[in-house]
Amino acid sequence: MDHLQVTTESRPVRTLLILSALAVLSLFLLLPLFAVFTEALRRGWEVFFASLTDDMAWSAIKLTLIAAGVSVPLNTLFGLAAAWLVTKYRFKGRALLISLIDLPFAVSPVIAGLVWVMIFGAKGWLPPARLAELLAPLASLAGKAASNDSFGGLFEGIAAWLADPRIVFATPGIIIATVFVTFPFVARELIPLMETQGSDQEEAAVTLGAGGWRIFLRVTLPNIKWGLLYGVLLCNARAMGEFGAVSVVSGHIRGHTNTLPLHIEVLYNEYQFSAAFACATLLALLALVTLGLKSLVERLSGQSAKGKH
Amino acid sequence: MGFTLAYLSLIILIPLTALFIKAAGLGWTEWWNLLTSPRVLAATRLTFGLSAAAATVSVICGLLVTWVLVRYRFPGRGLLDAMVDLPFALPTAVAGITLTTIYGKTGLVGRHIASVATWVKETWHPTGWLGDQVNSWADFGAAYSPLGIFLALTFIGFPFVVRTLQPVMEDMGHDIEEAAATLGAGRWIVFRRVILPLLVPALLTGFTLAFARAIGEYGSVIFISGNLPMKTEILPLLIVSQLEQFKYGAAAVIASGMLVISFALLFIINLLQRQLDWQNR
Repeated sequence: MDHLQVTTESRPVRTLLILSALAVLSLFLLLPLFAVFTEALRRGWEVFFASLTDDMAWSAIKLTLIAAGVSVPLNTLFGLAAAWLVTKYRFKGRALLISLIDLPFAVSPVIAGLVWVMIFGAKGWLPPARLAELLAPLASLAGKAASNDSFGGLFEGIAAWLADPRIVFATPGIIIATVFVTFPFVARELIPLMETQGSDQEEAAVTLGAGGWRIFLRVTLPNIKWGLLYGVLLCNARAMGEFGAVSVVSGHIRGHTNTLPLHIEVLYNEYQFSAAFACATLLALLALVTLGLKSLVERLSGQSAKGKH
Repeated sequence: MGFTLAYLSLIILIPLTALFIKAAGLGWTEWWNLLTSPRVLAATRLTFGLSAAAATVSVICGLLVTWVLVRYRFPGRGLLDAMVDLPFALPTAVAGITLTTIYGKTGLVGRHIASVATWVKETWHPTGWLGDQVNSWADFGAAYSPLGIFLALTFIGFPFVVRTLQPVMEDMGHDIEEAAATLGAGRWIVFRRVILPLLVPALLTGFTLAFARAIGEYGSVIFISGNLPMKTEILPLLIVSQLEQFKYGAAAVIASGMLVISFALLFIINLLQRQLDWQNR
């Protein structure tokens, strides 16, 4: 009992501190979350569902899924490659490379969008007209493929885009802006994890005669699976929720270049508050699912770490 | 190795270089005139001032919350611990419209801010800068004023402090506190003289992380700020408005300025983190 008393506070102080922390958290975090759902349902379920099944909402959801569907796998692949490179090998400029990977975290989302406008915008380095010249050989190739098409118009679409390659104010721009902002997430989780694990197990596998790919699948991947999942979760949440970078490159063409967060902005600015919040509930649910899975992954990885000792 | 470097250059390095080259295309005088124009100066002052204020409050609230989460056991602790990350996970546009609704004049919190401000206005008739602020609070709640931007930036920065502080506090043994207690120190003295000094590197790291994030923040701020030039316009928004007027050069110059500051902050964060790792060992 005495032991307890010297390293903790008296009961009233403890209660006071717990209550004030609860007050801070509920006023700051729970209240906004609660408000998203109450605002969404303010005008009833009918309006709520109508705003979610609206054509514009659907095309926004589709675009959001496309952007996340491209950027998350790309950055996962990069994260694995970069973490492997940085932790299994020693080379000059390694520390610099690690800081460069973190760079997008330090860049304002607006600037992450701006850089692409500077390159592919009408006044940029590679405006659509110049890009079309560069891609002309590819375009004629795709045109030939389209003429004896057996892929149901796939090549026709590619040829049409190559003839007029718009990146900024079109879907490709939204995708690359999303790739930029979600760039570090997977690498960030994997590097410290693989650093502490070292490469003893891989070396053991080599002496037993396993090849590179097999070592990765059988030895490395099982060791890093929770960290990898964690990184992918965070990467996906950011990819689907990104606003600033995507807003700069999108040009806000309704039904074409609006992602879900941009659609919410448009609705809100048109004073369609209930509809805006109805769409916002989707993203808030995504956030809650991400947080739930994150705690689950933390618990599971904690257990598997304990199981090993 | 080839893939990693090629992908890094293609996605990150070449675009950032393009931005700097675009900015360098303008002459020195143009740079100087642009960066010292009243609108840019006002936005810079607002962005950095409010980011620092928000990061400071994040540190204070973060210290309290981390202390309670690490040191005490009570029902619902695990849930609260998970909730701390909400501002990380909640898309900024959602945070933006929600905070504007809560802190606006008819909102759950905003209506109380407005009524208090109205009372202050009618009792004391404040003048000058404070008078303007009070008038704005009475009319719109915290929305469309620096107070609203400050609240949004605190919301965004808060988890950074908790997540930097938490591992340090969890690893801190009770032995030094016991030693201090045997020497006759009370709890408050132990906290101020023994625990707090050990937390300083983590608190500084949390502050810098929250500050760096706040400077670039866009989505959660633009709805609540009202975006009045000279009054509630933040730097990222100024970049967007230059872009919308097709002033690409000006946008590139302001963005390069922000990037240089962000890189400096990243460098400081790296140094602080190294110090933290060393301490945790």
